[in-house]
Amino acid sequence: MTPRFPKTLTALALLATPALAEDQLNALVWCDHTDPALLEPFEKANNVKVNVKEYEGTAAGMAILDQSQPGDWDVMVVDSVDVHRLVEAKRLAPMPAEALPTADFFPELVMAQNNVIDGKTYAVTEKFGYNTISYDKTKVDPKDMEDLTTLTSGKYDGKIGIYDYYLPVLGLVALEKGIKTADISAANLDSLKDPLMALRKASKQVSDVTASQTALATGEVDILVGGGEWLTAVLAKDNPNLDWTIPKQGGLRWTQSIGVVEGAAHPDLALKFVQYIVSPEGQAALAQSSCYWGMPANKKAGDLLSPEAKTVLRWDQQPDYLARAQLYPIPDAATDTAMQDLWTAMLNQ
Amino acid sequence: MRREIRLGWGLVAPALLWTAAFFVLPFAAMLALSFAHMEGRAVVQGFDAGNYIRAFTDWSQLKALINSVEITATVTVVSVLLAWPLAATIAWRVPARWQRLALLMAVLPFWTSYVVRSYSWLLVLGKTGVVNRGFALLGLGPFEMASTRFATVLGFTHFFVMLLTLTIYANLVQLSPNYARAAQDLGASRLRTLWHVILPLTLPGIVTGAFVTFVLCIGDYVTPQILGGNNELTLPQLIMLQMGRGGNFPMASALSVILMAVVTLAYGACAKWLRLDRL
Repeated sequence: MTPRFPKTLTALALLATPALAEDQLNALVWCDHTDPALLEPFEKANNVKVNVKEYEGTAAGMAILDQSQPGDWDVMVVDSVDVHRLVEAKRLAPMPAEALPTADFFPELVMAQNNVIDGKTYAVTEKFGYNTISYDKTKVDPKDMEDLTTLTSGKYDGKIGIYDYYLPVLGLVALEKGIKTADISAANLDSLKDPLMALRKASKQVSDVTASQTALATGEVDILVGGGEWLTAVLAKDNPNLDWTIPKQGGLRWTQSIGVVEGAAHPDLALKFVQYIVSPEGQAALAQSSCYWGMPANKKAGDLLSPEAKTVLRWDQQPDYLARAQLYPIPDAATDTAMQDLWTAMLNQ
Repeated sequence: MRREIRLGWGLVAPALLWTAAFFVLPFAAMLALSFAHMEGRAVVQGFDAGNYIRAFTDWSQLKALINSVEITATVTVVSVLLAWPLAATIAWRVPARWQRLALLMAVLPFWTSYVVRSYSWLLVLGKTGVVNRGFALLGLGPFEMASTRFATVLGFTHFFVMLLTLTIYANLVQLSPNYARAAQDLGASRLRTLWHVILPLTLPGIVTGAFVTFVLCIGDYVTPQILGGNNELTLPQLIMLQMGRGGNFPMASALSVILMAVVTLAYGACAKWLRLDRL
């Protein structure tokens, strides 16, 4: 008698993993890639269905990969500063560099030091923006927002919200103390404790993307530390009073990359999807995604963006912003743990 | 007899398999992982109680447990205090033909998404929300209500009063009115009858609802995250923090086991009166 149990298990396993049909592409993404306006042109042009699964946090994404079978996932979006981490874990496959239009990118966004390892291109930058200061210009003095020290001066106590992600916020605190984000280490983390606690004391809440947007839009807070165009752009139409700036101490640049997952079931289609995402058309759609906006890495997307969209994204100010913004800290494991512990202590102070 | 025993095992086998596959095995895996530790970004298996020691000695970790227990205890007590009179009113004062409608009204909040309901409370309690606007008409406020423990407790209570109303109502309608009549015939006042006769008899419904409230509340991540404004961490929020970018699954597992232990303690405290068949 043929044992039925393994067949049942196989059937259950198939149900639990993404569809593997020829005409389907499985993508592990951030919420901005779930916008139909971004996916539909690729789906129609290639007669394919793109199945997307959202994740937050690199470790969570890696856990999903760990629990999947090889071939379950074709492409993955990842924080550019974590590309090395994924490559070390053998989670990304190399892509032919010549197939990617990086020559059309803003030079600072090619980020070869992050995306290229041992001469092989494992990921390509697709979108970027800034973690700085968002504010309601009718309720605060915009000049005050040009200086990070104003936030803890007492003038805006109880009117400040903090974006709930330790990397950019600790980065901003470091900039206030004159420490470059690349120089943050377990050794100098102690010097960030007091200013971080002071910022916390002056703030009303620490919140995720949606709660931060809600707080700023409803006037619950007037300033959002760690905000930027990604926070205010989708609110700009209904809340023209919301603005953002990079203070004199600088701001942080967030960047996200996309790559082909090692062992992808459809590597050619996966590469095609990556090429679409970094093409001017894909970049323009991704920049204006319904979840959050951000600058496209490919400069040629500018030809497809409306003047209004470019104004919201501060297209013309990018040379100045890029010069004044620093990348996220890339902590080693020990520093990362110390940073998270400091963040937890700040939340539960 | 043997056939009956085999039949009995056959009937419970699917439930046993289900429990083993989706509770016992995952819990065993989580328990084993809780004794592992991190080396760099890698999980190293072993038997190391460090995660548990840290959970009880590191103040920022221990405070999350204390916050969780405090919030859950407050929500449970407030919900019981509000739900009992509501259930009694529906059971004793509302005409029988209207009781179904009354219960339906009571459970209406269950019909909306939990997340949407939490964000709605955020808008209601905000500086420009309807509550503060009402206070403004009286020349008061604005009061800071959103992103506070008060908001978290309110959001939870809104949900759990409905749940408790159902369990207490189910208990109350099964009570024979003869108990109250007998007590009053023996000279007890209405208040004494309520306190010494009715209330003890509804204890199984109260405890069952309170236990379910405790379990759901202490394990909830959404409400404190949205309504509490991260001004204090609860245990589920701390567990999520361990996962996110860092991927400290051993510590997250240890905290989850502690959460489970707290629920088990709560079960032990309530076991005498628990009637889960009333749910």
